[in-house]
Amino acid sequence: MPRFLLFLLLIGTFTAGAWAQASGTLDELLFYLPDIQYLTAQHLWLTFLSGGLAILVAIPLGILLSRSRMSSSAENIMQVLNVGTTIPTLAVLALSMSFLGIGTLPAVFGLFVATLLPIARNTYAGLKGVSPDLLEAAAGIGMSPLQQLLKVELPNALYVIFAGIRTALTINVGTVPLAFLVGAGGLGELIFTGIDLYDPLMMLAGAIPTALLAVVVDALIALVALVVVPRGINPGRA
Amino acid sequence: MIRLENLTKVFDTPEGTVVAADHINMEVPKGKICILLGPSGCGKTTTLKMINRIIRATSGKVFIDGQDTAELDTQELRRNIGYVIQQIGLFPNMTIEENITVVPKLLGWDKARYRERARELMRMIALEPDAFLKRYPKELSGGQQQRIGVARALAADPPVMLMDEPFGAIDPINRAVIQGEFLKMQQELNKTIMFVSHDIDEAIRMGDRIAIFRSGRLIQHSSPDDLLASPVDEFVESFLGEDRALKRLHLVKVRDFVSSGIGTVKPTDSMEAAQAVMQEHGYTMGIVMVNDHNQPIGMISRAMTEMTSGYCGDHFENLPAMAHLDDDLRKVVSLMFAHDQVWLPCVDDRGHLHGHITQRSITHHLGARYRLQAEHDTVAGE
Repeated sequence: MPRFLLFLLLIGTFTAGAWAQASGTLDELLFYLPDIQYLTAQHLWLTFLSGGLAILVAIPLGILLSRSRMSSSAENIMQVLNVGTTIPTLAVLALSMSFLGIGTLPAVFGLFVATLLPIARNTYAGLKGVSPDLLEAAAGIGMSPLQQLLKVELPNALYVIFAGIRTALTINVGTVPLAFLVGAGGLGELIFTGIDLYDPLMMLAGAIPTALLAVVVDALIALVALVVVPRGINPGRA
Repeated sequence: MIRLENLTKVFDTPEGTVVAADHINMEVPKGKICILLGPSGCGKTTTLKMINRIIRATSGKVFIDGQDTAELDTQELRRNIGYVIQQIGLFPNMTIEENITVVPKLLGWDKARYRERARELMRMIALEPDAFLKRYPKELSGGQQQRIGVARALAADPPVMLMDEPFGAIDPINRAVIQGEFLKMQQELNKTIMFVSHDIDEAIRMGDRIAIFRSGRLIQHSSPDDLLASPVDEFVESFLGEDRALKRLHLVKVRDFVSSGIGTVKPTDSMEAAQAVMQEHGYTMGIVMVNDHNQPIGMISRAMTEMTSGYCGDHFENLPAMAHLDDDLRKVVSLMFAHDQVWLPCVDDRGHLHGHITQRSITHHLGARYRLQAEHDTVAGE
């Protein structure tokens, strides 16, 4: 980023901070601090459950679809997942609420569905993108199919898989506020209540931490990718 | 030793069946390099890949050192065959060391042994172990990568190697260097090698035997010299090129061809003496002048001896070029043409004179095969 942009950002942040302090907004926001702490924990817990579950299901699913014996049906299954994602998360939440009642369970399920596809899609694309030459070399020197997957395919697809996890979890964090609507809590509680009460500050007390969480989660996963993806194929560690 | 028996591959395509390899029978003796040569789609690569089952044979058998490979498990078979492909296929996620030691690890070698093996191989391919082992493939040039590819194939010291156009993607200068290095290694390693190529010059340079393929059939399998001297049909003839007689020059080294004796003069000899030696040996152009260590230092031309008198040391000319005992005849001919000479003196590593080589003797050598064959054909025809 050019230096002057950084400078502008710094000035902007400072001005906003100064304004928030001077107008007393900051104090009013801090009034919600205990709520924010409690709800953030709840928010992260929902993300952790639904995101973790999605990773656990989507990566094996992506691996399975990328196997050569699945090649005829893989794209069709991907299309089904695609259609699944076009259903708005709110609708999924409403639907799952009618089956699973209210509370954490329907929320986790709805978020899980929304998070599943980007990870599965990237796992599949990453594995399919591994050069056939590498696979021939791996087979030719006597690796079993499992060894090929673990030593050659997955490491070389890892960067793309991480990109999928990053996208999915960032979306997940941004979608968790909807969970409040099915009674699962999270920072949505402040946002939606704020809207209903026409209290912009309460709404901000939910919205700002949500935005920050999304940024932090994104950065954290980028960091994990930087460390985990082997140096030879990691654009971040040339 | 590799032996193929009626090896056949039939592909089912939407347009019908295609016979990619049709009852291939051939044998590569232990320690020899056999080049599978032919145009694209002739079945040479299919044949090669059936040996390590990258492609499943439709029928036929493959024997390695007398054992029918059908009895072996696929992974076990492949771990005992070195495999080098044109695209190199180094694993970008692994360091050079990890790439080289993949097969030893699969075979369960202990760590000290495979690490030492990696260093040994790096020295063999003339890359400094400390500088390269911890690097990643993308940090190496194409030529270096393919050297590593060869090292990886050699890692577990397999008796047999399959190479699918291994040097095809490397620029011509580096290719010649790597080919040379590989041949030098092969002299020590004595691997039995099947090597796919579409480059006739590479085949002649690398091969002990050359197998020519066309539309799935093996049509000629012989030594490079036999191949060039007597192609079996017009296809082989056209594939070898119109200059195939010249290509045979590659196959003969000066060492095998140099005349035994050569007349020389010393700087202290008189011009008359020089003329007498030329007369005695029948030299019409000139004579080589050597120092006390029998190293050529110049030449006396015949014309000069007729015009002037005095000592050779005062009237010599520089030698335009010299042939080295390890040069092939192609290089010698090129030197002769470049310097407008009909003969060249030949020297060894220390610069000692060993004899001479003439254009006449070279054309005679090339012609001998064809004359013999012509006689043979006439006799057969009668």
